[in-house]
Amino acid sequence: MSIAGTLTGKRFFVTGSTGFLGTALVERILRTVPEAEVVLLVRPGRRTTAAQRTTREVLKNDCFDRLRSELGDRFDDEVGRRVHPVAGDVGLDALGLDDDGRRLLASCDVVVHAAATVSFDAPLDQAVEINLLGPSRVAAAIAATHDPAATHDPAATHDPAATPLPHLIAVSTAYVAGTHQGEAGEELLDANRFTIDADWQAEVDHARGLRQDLQARSRHPERLSEFARAARRELGGAGDHLLAARSEKLRDEWVRRQLVDAGSARARSLGWPDAYPFTKALGERALVAGYGMGTTPSDHQLPITIVRPSIIESALAEPRPGWIRGFRMAEPIIVSYARGLLREFPGVPEGIIDVIPVDMVVAAILAVAAHGPETEPSVYHVASGVRNPLRYGRLVDLVQDWFGRNPLYDDRGQPINVPAWSFPGRGRVQRQLQRATRAMDLVEKAVTALPVRGRQAELAAKVEDRHTLATRALGYVELYGAYTETEARYRVDRLLALADTLAPDDRAAFNFDPATIDWDHYVHDVHLPSVVEHARVRTSPGRSVVDKRPERARRAILSPDRHLAVFDLEHTLVASNVVDTYAWLASRHLSATRRASFVAGLVKDAPGLLALDRRDRGDFLRSFYRRYEDAPVDLLSEDAWELFHRHLLPRSFPDGFARVREHRRLGHRTILVTGALDFVVAPLRPLFDHVVCARLGVRDGRYTGRLDVLPPIGEARALLLAEYAEAHDLSLDEAVAYADSASDLAMLEAVGFPVAVNPESRLAAIARRRGWHVEHWSKAAGGSHSTLPLGPIDTSMSGRRNPVASPAPGGVRR
Amino acid sequence: MSPRPGFVLEVDGSTPPTLFWNGERFCQEKLPEGSRVVYAPEPLEPLVDPVAAVRHALTHPLGDSAPLPALLHAGMRLTVCFDDVSLPLPPMQAPDVRQLVIEQVLDMAAEAGVDDVVLVAALALHRRMTEAELRHALGDRIYEAFAPHGLLTQHDAEDPENLIHLGTTEMGEDVELNKRAATGDLLVYVNINLVAMDGGHKSVATGLASYRSLRHHHNPSTMRHSRSFMDAPSAELHSSNWRMGRLIAENGVKVFQIETTLNGDTFPAQFGFLQKREWEWSLRDRATYAATSTALDRTPSRVARQIFHSIRSPHAMTSVQAGEVEAVHAVTTSKVWEQQGVEVQGQTDIVTMGLPYICPYNVNSIMNPVLVACLGLGYFFNLYRGRPVVREGGVLILRHPTPWEFHPGHHPSYIDFFEQVLSQTTDPEVMSKVYEEPFATDPWYIHLYRTGHAYHGVHPFYMWYWCAHALEHLGKVVVVGGDPRAVRRMGFAPASTLNDALEIASDVVGRSPSLTHLHTPPLLMADVR
Repeated sequence: MSIAGTLTGKRFFVTGSTGFLGTALVERILRTVPEAEVVLLVRPGRRTTAAQRTTREVLKNDCFDRLRSELGDRFDDEVGRRVHPVAGDVGLDALGLDDDGRRLLASCDVVVHAAATVSFDAPLDQAVEINLLGPSRVAAAIAATHDPAATHDPAATHDPAATPLPHLIAVSTAYVAGTHQGEAGEELLDANRFTIDADWQAEVDHARGLRQDLQARSRHPERLSEFARAARRELGGAGDHLLAARSEKLRDEWVRRQLVDAGSARARSLGWPDAYPFTKALGERALVAGYGMGTTPSDHQLPITIVRPSIIESALAEPRPGWIRGFRMAEPIIVSYARGLLREFPGVPEGIIDVIPVDMVVAAILAVAAHGPETEPSVYHVASGVRNPLRYGRLVDLVQDWFGRNPLYDDRGQPINVPAWSFPGRGRVQRQLQRATRAMDLVEKAVTALPVRGRQAELAAKVEDRHTLATRALGYVELYGAYTETEARYRVDRLLALADTLAPDDRAAFNFDPATIDWDHYVHDVHLPSVVEHARVRTSPGRSVVDKRPERARRAILSPDRHLAVFDLEHTLVASNVVDTYAWLASRHLSATRRASFVAGLVKDAPGLLALDRRDRGDFLRSFYRRYEDAPVDLLSEDAWELFHRHLLPRSFPDGFARVREHRRLGHRTILVTGALDFVVAPLRPLFDHVVCARLGVRDGRYTGRLDVLPPIGEARALLLAEYAEAHDLSLDEAVAYADSASDLAMLEAVGFPVAVNPESRLAAIARRRGWHVEHWSKAAGGSHSTLPLGPIDTSMSGRRNPVASPAPGGVRR
Repeated sequence: MSPRPGFVLEVDGSTPPTLFWNGERFCQEKLPEGSRVVYAPEPLEPLVDPVAAVRHALTHPLGDSAPLPALLHAGMRLTVCFDDVSLPLPPMQAPDVRQLVIEQVLDMAAEAGVDDVVLVAALALHRRMTEAELRHALGDRIYEAFAPHGLLTQHDAEDPENLIHLGTTEMGEDVELNKRAATGDLLVYVNINLVAMDGGHKSVATGLASYRSLRHHHNPSTMRHSRSFMDAPSAELHSSNWRMGRLIAENGVKVFQIETTLNGDTFPAQFGFLQKREWEWSLRDRATYAATSTALDRTPSRVARQIFHSIRSPHAMTSVQAGEVEAVHAVTTSKVWEQQGVEVQGQTDIVTMGLPYICPYNVNSIMNPVLVACLGLGYFFNLYRGRPVVREGGVLILRHPTPWEFHPGHHPSYIDFFEQVLSQTTDPEVMSKVYEEPFATDPWYIHLYRTGHAYHGVHPFYMWYWCAHALEHLGKVVVVGGDPRAVRRMGFAPASTLNDALEIASDVVGRSPSLTHLHTPPLLMADVR
């Protein structure tokens, strides 16, 4: 009987359906097996249910495009009838299933466990929980639903004992057999003489203990202050809360990093290239030992088949040639190479790269399901290395040749030349890359420490980008180097024997014979076009193909759906600050000689002022505004208009003002949030619906020098926005905020549409990482370039006492 | 010896290179043989005693007007309006003509016991003058007497409280004016008539009007039908202002017009070579030219700009007349013509001009690209009577660095105009239909115009409309030495040398075109026969 015939009407339980292989499997079942149903174990997201995730992450994937067009209007009905998402998690005991979930599991004929953390640099404990314990958990859950004693649900409609046990197909990896020279057969690991029989339970205990241990070590005071310092380096004076959050994140990352390193170290010590095959191997052992039929005399024996694919890559034919999901192992390497970033990659030219198209793995799984379990746990390899080897040297030639003819393009629209690899040893490449990353690390530290903003800061961000890329390249070499040097050959005799049992029609419809792959065709016409398409890289020349992202972001920002736009003032709309506005006002009515001493005083005070500003903006404003003590209110508010027209306007960013006005034209509310004084920003009021600024106390027509209102700074700005939005029934998700410095991070994070304007280097780096829109606004060419912010020499008021500056340099009080 | 009239030189092998203005610099160009160079007449003899001349004019008015003293009486409301910073160019050495005239007007008012006097700077939509500029135009004495009491005002075309709508002309043109000026007992308007278009009914109907009123003649259609706008009988701009002026008179607004003309003595002695014909340069002229242009070439343009804007012109008064608007203006126009008119025989394929650092709208400011276009295609192109010097479909070659620079305080709407409007269209018609209104009514521009020193939001459009006649007439405009991006943005062709420009022009006018160079400033007006 045909595969589809045998499986018709069967019910499949699938874990890992949101992954690459799982998605392809679900699609193939729905499309090719009549009336078969799938129960999908899906972990609910923080704000999404299992059903929502299924729709969003499985059914909406372009994998289903073919089925969708075949079914047309019937797609939703058909899928609704045949797909049953259940909430659960292979990382939890009993899979975290509720009663419904258990009932559905009990009703299944085939269970395909495809969930895994495939990342080769997963933290050890996570890999252990999912890869090692996952298969056993699935088996335990199946066993529990068929154990009359364990049934929690007296109202169960089925008789657990009466239903036959489902066939558990556990997806593993060919690399569980290690990468040693020699042949690996399709046999349980016990029979493989190269694998060490590690005690899986001890490894589990150790991994869990290690996390505890690292958590404790990460909280050591010295380490905590290291994290705090790193956070401050990154964010500057963004506010205590944000700094705390960042340093906590750094702590988490540190723990994770340590766990990753521990995983690779442990894996290597036992002869596996990294934590993935290591944990998968122990997972197989745990499964077979605990539930294998005929291996242990247990009540929980299950029919088990293990399917071990090699490196799964894009589909050869089903659902369409080149279909791929996610950016997987080989893709980032290929793209880095095509972008000219990987000058060398280690590997043995005659070594075999064992790649298998995803649709072949799916077909093999379905053939195994149709074939049914054997009396004892059995193993199938789905790999190409023995039957139809792809040599590493050949692959590199094919890739180089393809990118020679289809180059990627750099930012300037110039084609990128791909380097010719010379297949050096892994050690040399690693050392080269390590040197490069160390050098870039130094450059990056130096550049981000510079007080630059705008385009120069972008440059710093670019340096950082390069650094990240180099670090990543090093990571690829360290992680994947072993796979390009693999000398193990994974035999596929059982797989081919299975293929032989198929009817000719099935052999075409469910093709998993690696011999049918034409590698030249696969690499050139199937895989690389798909990789390039997914990588979002420039594939056409010329400057005309500009990055459309800023344009799109700008459109989103200026959409009528937005309703609130918040602006910072200094260096966001005007290249000025509280010190130079003060200097201008204070020198407005000074004689030439007193100007000189005034300037000298201010210059002398400057370093102290800057340091205070950097330490605490609030303290700085409070102390600096003391200089206005005794200044006459009338004169200052008069002078402030002159200050605006003669000093601030020439230093303004016309694009910024144009943007404020555009928001107003669109009917958005506009808010100015600044530490500047009310009389200084008075001329700007027509641009804003609401102005939040500092205000000085007044006594007898003169300023007291004490702040009546200290404007919100740092995180307080986010709170203020939240309050304003609440009071006016607006949603911050639809708000836009413009600021130039990391100290405004809280405000930028609070809104749905943050915009970094001429960002200083820290914010530039943050904006780049988070994909925030960046605007480069500059003074009008022809605007003021004077270095000293001094008022014009007052010809008219000789004899009139200077209202602000005192004779003492820098001082104000009289 | 009386001053020599204007002159048209034919370039031959022995002609020395011709001086071209080039923004804040100069250069000399060897023009092709057979080219013509048009020189302005030499400066007319100034009035010997300008103070006496003013007094005589005020007491001996022209047309249907009583002498000024007879119009003044105790208890009346007198408004003295005067031209703003856009006149004269460059700003003149103190005392300014406005000061000379207004001092006497005020003396007469004081003698008559008039105590309600308000001074109004007739800005139209120009930027407000700074204190220093007002002091320069009026002198410290007048400034101190009026400014502290709020009696020295600047016309605010966006202050609904201080505007009055007088009605519409037979052509449907709104006349909306400064309320104080229009409702007082007497409006005295003090003009400096630098070019032929200044003065007449335009003084009040334009200088004291609002956007609602100005838009009727400051538009592409009017400008295209003003050929040229410097030649009153042929200018629709002039006709529209005259209709408005008569409506103003019909509404009982009593205007006592004072117009003054200046001679062509434009630059101080150290720049004497600018006003001389090259082959007559003395050794000293040659030396100062060489020294000045070498020094300027090494000076950053920002500094050079400061140096040039500090130039005060030795302009001297050649005539003053007062009384009824039209009678006064007729005399003035002939006097301007006497100083600037040059007879030119026939048109040529190409006209070249070197544009200086200043135009009416960038005194103490930056000559941005829009103003470069306006000075070349608006002002200088229109300095003709009869026919333009360049033939229809011919080529205009300008020399100016045309930097992509704007004064953010003075020209904020220009920045947006250049970015948002000129990037979309250079057609004045499209501009006026699609883009003008939002700029003219933008509250931010209005705010900056009213509280700061910004030109009105609509002003850059007017500058472009000023070019409308030239844009329609010319086959091509080439700018030599300009910022190529800025030049292209305006739809002109950039060239790095005059020879390149002639090469570019050959597409339109062929390989052996005729060429005329306008050697200005000093200003001249071509009478093309």
